[in-house]
Amino acid sequence: MSLAKPDAIDITNKQKIALALGIVGLFIMALALFNTNFPDVGLFLTLALGLISIGTIIYSREAYLSKLEGIKNDGVWFKSISSRGVWGWIVGVILTAFYIVLYFFPKHLGLGTNGTENTGLISLFDPLSNLLSGRPASQWFVYGTLYTIAILAFGYKFIVKYRHNRYQQIRTVSVMFFQLAFAFLIPEFMYVMNNDLPYYDLKSIWPLNYYIFDQWSVKAFLSNGTIGLSLLLFGIISIFVITPILTYKFGKRWYCSWVCGCGGLAETAGDSFRQLSSKKLSAWKLERWLIHAVLVFSVVMTTAMVYTYLGYSKNDFWLTRGLFISLIIGFLTLIFTGVMFFKRKELGKDAKMGAIGFFATIALLLIMHFTSTIDHLFYIKGSALRSAYGLYIGSIFSGVIGTGFYPILGSRAWCRFGCPMAAILGFQQRLFSKFRITTNGGQCISCGNCSTYCEMGIDVRAYAQKGENIVRSSCVGCGICSAVCPRGVLKLENDSMEGRINPTEVLLGNDIDLMDLVNKK
Amino acid sequence: MQEHIVIIGNGISGVTAARHIRKMSDKKITIVSAETDYFFSRTALMYIYMGHMKFEHTQPYENWFWKKNRIELKKGYVKQIETKTKTLHFAEGDILQYDKLIIATGSKPNKFGWPGQDFDGVMGMYHKQDLENLEKYAPNNKICKHAVIVGGGLIGIELAEMLNSRNIPVTFLVREDSFWNGVLPSGESEMINRHIKNHHIDLRLSTNLKEIKADENSKVKSVIIQETGEEILCDVVGLTAGVSPNINFLKDSEIETGRGVKVNRFLETNITDVYAIGDCAEQHEAIGNRRPIEAVWYTGRMMGETVAQTICGNKIEYKPGYWFNSAKFLDIEYQTYGWVFGERGRPEYEKHFHWKHKDDTKCITVAYHKDTNKFLGINTFGIRMRHETFDTWLTEERDVDYVMNHLSDANFDPEFYSHFEVEILSSYNKQFQTV
Ligand SMILES: Cc1cc2nc3c(=O)[nH]c(=O)nc-3n(C[C@H](O)[C@H](O)[C@H](O)COP(=O)(O)OP(=O)(O)OC[C@H]3O[C@@H](n4cnc5c(N)ncnc54)[C@H](O)[C@@H]3O)c2cc1C
Ligand code: SF4
Ligand code: SF4
Repeated sequence: MSLAKPDAIDITNKQKIALALGIVGLFIMALALFNTNFPDVGLFLTLALGLISIGTIIYSREAYLSKLEGIKNDGVWFKSISSRGVWGWIVGVILTAFYIVLYFFPKHLGLGTNGTENTGLISLFDPLSNLLSGRPASQWFVYGTLYTIAILAFGYKFIVKYRHNRYQQIRTVSVMFFQLAFAFLIPEFMYVMNNDLPYYDLKSIWPLNYYIFDQWSVKAFLSNGTIGLSLLLFGIISIFVITPILTYKFGKRWYCSWVCGCGGLAETAGDSFRQLSSKKLSAWKLERWLIHAVLVFSVVMTTAMVYTYLGYSKNDFWLTRGLFISLIIGFLTLIFTGVMFFKRKELGKDAKMGAIGFFATIALLLIMHFTSTIDHLFYIKGSALRSAYGLYIGSIFSGVIGTGFYPILGSRAWCRFGCPMAAILGFQQRLFSKFRITTNGGQCISCGNCSTYCEMGIDVRAYAQKGENIVRSSCVGCGICSAVCPRGVLKLENDSMEGRINPTEVLLGNDIDLMDLVNKK
Repeated sequence: MQEHIVIIGNGISGVTAARHIRKMSDKKITIVSAETDYFFSRTALMYIYMGHMKFEHTQPYENWFWKKNRIELKKGYVKQIETKTKTLHFAEGDILQYDKLIIATGSKPNKFGWPGQDFDGVMGMYHKQDLENLEKYAPNNKICKHAVIVGGGLIGIELAEMLNSRNIPVTFLVREDSFWNGVLPSGESEMINRHIKNHHIDLRLSTNLKEIKADENSKVKSVIIQETGEEILCDVVGLTAGVSPNINFLKDSEIETGRGVKVNRFLETNITDVYAIGDCAEQHEAIGNRRPIEAVWYTGRMMGETVAQTICGNKIEYKPGYWFNSAKFLDIEYQTYGWVFGERGRPEYEKHFHWKHKDDTKCITVAYHKDTNKFLGINTFGIRMRHETFDTWLTEERDVDYVMNHLSDANFDPEFYSHFEVEILSSYNKQFQTV
């Protein structure tokens, strides 16, 4: 913890004013939290959200538009907030505390229970919620609104920061749009149209959307006629058809840094923290174990969830527990043997990892099948299991650690270590995708900007300085490595599968015979 | 006993050699350096001062790497080499025996004997120690109210950018009448002049340093300009008028030196089992259009790749492929492939096509042979190009028409960037009336 060189780079007076505006906005929310009675709640809500947005906008215009277009990373490691200094820790603690209260103690935010009216912070958001869907706010509505505001305001900041880079701008507009429309507005409108439908953010795909196959969710879909059925079908098609096709064509970036809400927040509000991800080999090792464990876990848990509400007898419903388990195991085996057969070479050393993951999943599924009773799985009550799973993925990992720890672990800790969706997409990206980051011959000077600013902790330089393309399952295709490279070495592109993975020993530029000799192997 | 390979210098050339030797053999390897414990990227020094990275980020390998690959690291300054007994003598008093020696000691900043060049606050920008020195004398714009940079090359402009990032006003003295025009053709060089000024850097062309003045504590206080006698008050003077091989410690040895350590095409010196690579090596005869001393990152790496082969028994000449290089002038990236000469030293057969975008931050210059139309090389500013494509075109000896018509194949800009090939081609066609 250090303030490094606090006096090296000052902020201007205009920025101080902008900061003050934002703080007033936050202060209004703090007042609401402590149950201040505002005369006109709607006005104060507008004021709070408006001031925060305007503050962010003025601040970023002053920071970036006063200079020529280009990379704007001056002083990143001197600022306390972005270099794990005192401010970084303070913000981290506040965010984490907010998440804990949000998930576990919403009544402290003022959530009215058993029909009583909202108070505190949540009541501040009642006018907006009433406007959109005609019902009072919930803690999730408050969170969703703040989340959306953060993506929009900091998205603006990001666009100004990268005003020379169209790739960055377009994908940021994309995440802003998907957050505002798909995650925030459309579900509210869907509620207005048909208030029996479960909350459904269309872009949230299993396994990120861990509750889509939960009993209440499936029931609600099925009891809502064609609309419900088509939504459920859309959910299934997203997983098995849309996702593989788009990932094949564009890599997982189409989702992770163009559509996804978690990714959206990381890319916008989290942008100041991207450099904090660990690039150590040990972190990569941990990542690979964790993320694959999470994937195994979520496949097993989802199967278990569906399993709990299936019966034993064909007479109730054609899909019985036994049939379901067999289908899942068959499907996984098909994928596993297919990959081992056709993609053994690309898989390289990771084949072992894949095999362990596969057999662990199968073993768990079998154990589950043979030890389960009507309402107990793994000797635990089915419903308890379900809520434990939701708690684990939904709250602890993605919220508390994923976002609360932005200023400590970097902006994509959740995406990197915990997101089951990222694991599936990453697997597809690694083996079945045209996407790669091409390295420009021998131009790398090993400076390290790319690795430093890779939010996924990929040691991009390790590949670039060997003249090797970057084909990594964790790469979310944010394009920042390419943007910050001072020598134009990196290009994200979709090209043919051939020559995509190209390890080299001697780089382009040297003696042609020597390159042939050494690179052949 | 395994043969002991000792490498003096832990820069890109020495480290590349060590890595490749390790890949091919089991020899004992020791890397000696007086500068830092571990290899770091010199090219990234500027980003540390600018706060883009911390020092540790400039280290391409984690600290465990060396032990794992059985590459021993020794910190110490080699004072003398006794080639008869194959012994290195360190300034610290100890000695080290080698079987084969690779000299990879890099460069040091040029100082041309300016009066006052050794005062406090006067510094080059090459070693890590220079950076620490700069941090001491120019931590912010209160302690350093003004800085003067002498010498308009690649390091000079990096230093200007560094100081600019901390809002320290900079006066940039450049001897030439346009920035780096010994290398760049005039259209490009002039565009960079304007870009420098747009960054509020006080660029003084055709201006030489006469002397540096100090206060009573021998801390720099001003510089005097040769042409006008003007005195410019300053707290820091950066000397960035090029570099030269860092080989003073070899003076009393039997190793032949000129400006650098003299080597043949196998990178061997006049003494058996002693090799030299990287910035400090000087070819007896220049290779093609290259200079006898090549002080760039890529050539250091290539020499390292090559000498490792020779040392591991596959004796091979240093035969660099087509020239390429890159740099960044503040916000404008520059890449070059093949040969494009500035006014100075341009062969009589070399002709240019030049295109510049109206926003004044992008341009290209294509060089070709006036008789055969053969494509010779390209400089590009603000547009990234594909190394591999140009390498192929140079090998295939494409003519300039072909290159101009296929320029988009070589584009390496990020997706969604505007493309200028059509505009460039039509400007080319207009200029040359070819249809
Ligand atoms: C600020 C800056 C920016 C640059 N940017 C670029 C760029 O963008 N592109 C590019 O191509 N090139 C660039 N260069 C040039 C490039 O860095 C050099 O060409 C390259 O680092 C040379 O590598 P080397 O291995 O030959 O020597 P060096 O990297 O200089 O390493 C030599 C090492 O040997 C040590 N040493 C010397 N003598 C002794 C002794 N007697 N005993 C013990 N140790 C000793 C030195 O302290 C040093 O650590 C830049 C240089 C600088 C300074
Ligand atoms: S930023 Fe570019 S030059 Fe620097 S290490 Fe990465 S790829 Fe190489
Ligand atoms: S490798 Fe590059 S594109 Fe991929 S996540 Fe890292 S910074 Fe983003």
